[in-house]
Amino acid sequence: MYDNPLTTPRATHGRAPDVFHPGGWVPMREYPQREAVDFVVIGTGAGGGPLLARLAERGYSVIGFDAGPYFRPLEDFASDETSQSQLFWTDERLVDGANPLKMGANNSGRAVGGSTVHYAMVSLRFRPEWFRSRTLLGYGADWPLDWREMWHYYARAERDLAIAGPVSYPWGPKRPRYPYRAHEINGAAEVLARGAEAMGYQWSETPLATVSAPRGDSPSCVYRGFCRVGCATNAKQSQLVTYIPRALAAGAEIRDMAMVGRIAVDAAGRACGVHYHRNGAWHFQAARNVIVAGYAIETPRLLLNSATDRFRNGLANSSGLVGRYLMTQSNQAVYGVMDDMVRWNKGPPSLTITEHWNYNDRKDFHGGYCWMAQGPLPVEWSAAMSTSRRLWGAALREKMGDYNHQVGLKMVGEMLPHLDNRVTLADETDRYGLPIARVTYSWHDNDKAMIQHALGEMQRSLELVGVRDLWRQENDTNHLAGTARMGFDRETSVVDADCRSWDIPNLWICDGSVFPTTGGVNPSLTITALALRTADRICVQARTGEMRK
Amino acid sequence: MTERNRYPGYDVLVKRHSPSWNEATRRVMDARLGVPREPRFLSRIEWDTLVAICDRIIPQPKNRPPVPLAAYIDQKLKADARNGFRNAALPPQRAAWQIGLAAFEVEAHQLHGKAFHHLTTAQQDDLLRRVESGRIDAPAWGDLDAALFFSEHIMGDIIAAYYAHPTSWNEIGFGGPASPRGYVRMRNNRRDPWEPVEAGPGEEARVGRENRRVR
Repeated sequence: MYDNPLTTPRATHGRAPDVFHPGGWVPMREYPQREAVDFVVIGTGAGGGPLLARLAERGYSVIGFDAGPYFRPLEDFASDETSQSQLFWTDERLVDGANPLKMGANNSGRAVGGSTVHYAMVSLRFRPEWFRSRTLLGYGADWPLDWREMWHYYARAERDLAIAGPVSYPWGPKRPRYPYRAHEINGAAEVLARGAEAMGYQWSETPLATVSAPRGDSPSCVYRGFCRVGCATNAKQSQLVTYIPRALAAGAEIRDMAMVGRIAVDAAGRACGVHYHRNGAWHFQAARNVIVAGYAIETPRLLLNSATDRFRNGLANSSGLVGRYLMTQSNQAVYGVMDDMVRWNKGPPSLTITEHWNYNDRKDFHGGYCWMAQGPLPVEWSAAMSTSRRLWGAALREKMGDYNHQVGLKMVGEMLPHLDNRVTLADETDRYGLPIARVTYSWHDNDKAMIQHALGEMQRSLELVGVRDLWRQENDTNHLAGTARMGFDRETSVVDADCRSWDIPNLWICDGSVFPTTGGVNPSLTITALALRTADRICVQARTGEMRK
Repeated sequence: MTERNRYPGYDVLVKRHSPSWNEATRRVMDARLGVPREPRFLSRIEWDTLVAICDRIIPQPKNRPPVPLAAYIDQKLKADARNGFRNAALPPQRAAWQIGLAAFEVEAHQLHGKAFHHLTTAQQDDLLRRVESGRIDAPAWGDLDAALFFSEHIMGDIIAAYYAHPTSWNEIGFGGPASPRGYVRMRNNRRDPWEPVEAGPGEEARVGRENRRVR
């Protein structure tokens, strides 16, 4: 009988799934609820995963909580878009504002490993100037971090995730060689390359977190192309197959299907544990320190839902900025048809990239963007076609017939932080009785200017290489950031450079929600690097006694 | 009416026992193909309206078994399987569908004195276009934003159900499930033997023979 990870936790009784071997288990240490562990980490994605591994490896007792299931990719993952929506956060969230966000597939995960289980594996570094975009580029907000320090952690993250990338990357300061060779590019990715060359722009194979040669128990990527609904072979270097197994081996515990509903605070105003729902009941886990890594919606939701008499506006929120400055990234595209048989679904979806407009400042808007090749599967593709072109009926079926001839370019663009783009609590409650999130989002003039610029550039690039029947997908957005921004002082930010909250000294926030700006690249590698840095900073602070302050 | 068959002879289900399908995929596809063909959540009247709407959103050829689109919508509603977000102007999906389907009925009776599923296809399309653009009359819509309901649910749910079905994959020449085998030939105009051949006009017979060897 198939044991359903969506209904019953798997990491119990001293063992956790061995994701590399069907039916296999690895031993797992378990901690009693009443004794305080050193760290509770809420969320096991790009932020939580590295923290769990690094803190456990330094000898701390840590428990990673995730609301989602503990999947066994080899056994649980079908090659199917619809059923694999089991990887997305599908509990209701209300969206409004002038440009309501689409949630789910593009920007949230619900699984041990978080959304890295279904991400497109695009692993890019920020442009160094973005860490000081206010000072150097005149927009957004500075990060309280030095890019050179981040460069060090990027390199470590790239090694830990065995990123497959080009021998030399065309943009930005020098970086080490990528650990694994770049993947062979497919026909759709070649269109980007030829289009970029026609415009005089540089292009590159995209650095990807899927291995191009075997690594441990991960086999080489087989180019099946279902990456964004979960990798069924473990070639993808998600948190689930990298940092989480490391964390378990070092003595961390994972509690899957465990929804944290509230962080508890003691009389001294320090975090003292978490209330969580698992196996049909509420439980309490005591902890000396709490790290929130639930990403840009669930992190502020949890902090707001944890309000007490002492912290009436939610935890870590004396600035009033928890939930504020939500950012997404513009994800518009231009698509067209070629006479060639392209079959763009083969291989990872974004095999080539140009970061030209991330590194070129001769433009009339703030921020940067890149664009990448595309290869959507049929359900996603039909949604893009039908909504953007208002197609249904026979006309839709006719156009869908060109599937194997289709190519496209899609941007990842930097939207600027605005106070009023935000996450608040709605009146409705979820299956646990917790108020759900209301996500309010409106594009501003700079965002719109960038989108139009990018659409024009991508269209010209496709025209130059003879792609026909071009059309624009104008309404898509993807990754999230903001809602618990880091900064230089407690009045204008929620956490400091170490991701430690200004208000509650033993409460950390470490995920995309701490980003003051979001940059023009996919955020996961930056989140991972930030988590590695935070783990190191915690160890330094513990050694010097700063932790107790 | 016969339409061009671009991938004659191709049947993605033939690959069921090939290295392109794993056990999880077989489990999922068996459930999908075995969906009950009668309503389990919607009422009979709502169901009849929904079936007629599905026939217009995705008109299907008569020379093959139809994809039971209404059954997938009903299944989704029965399970209350949601998408992860909801426009704050819409009620939860079950209520949205029920209000919307009832309003289609009222509109059909007001305009033509008949149930929606008894209208001509031209009348149905006309009414669908009115709803799509928010040009609606009946108070039956209440607070439901008709245009938003059309894009999020009528189009969103029905089209997603169709392109999740192997019949549609045959139609567009999609390779379908691909684990653990994956693909080898990545460049343009290169075909792995387990991918279909596209037929130009007049090539249907020859290509059909080739596609019957795809597995």
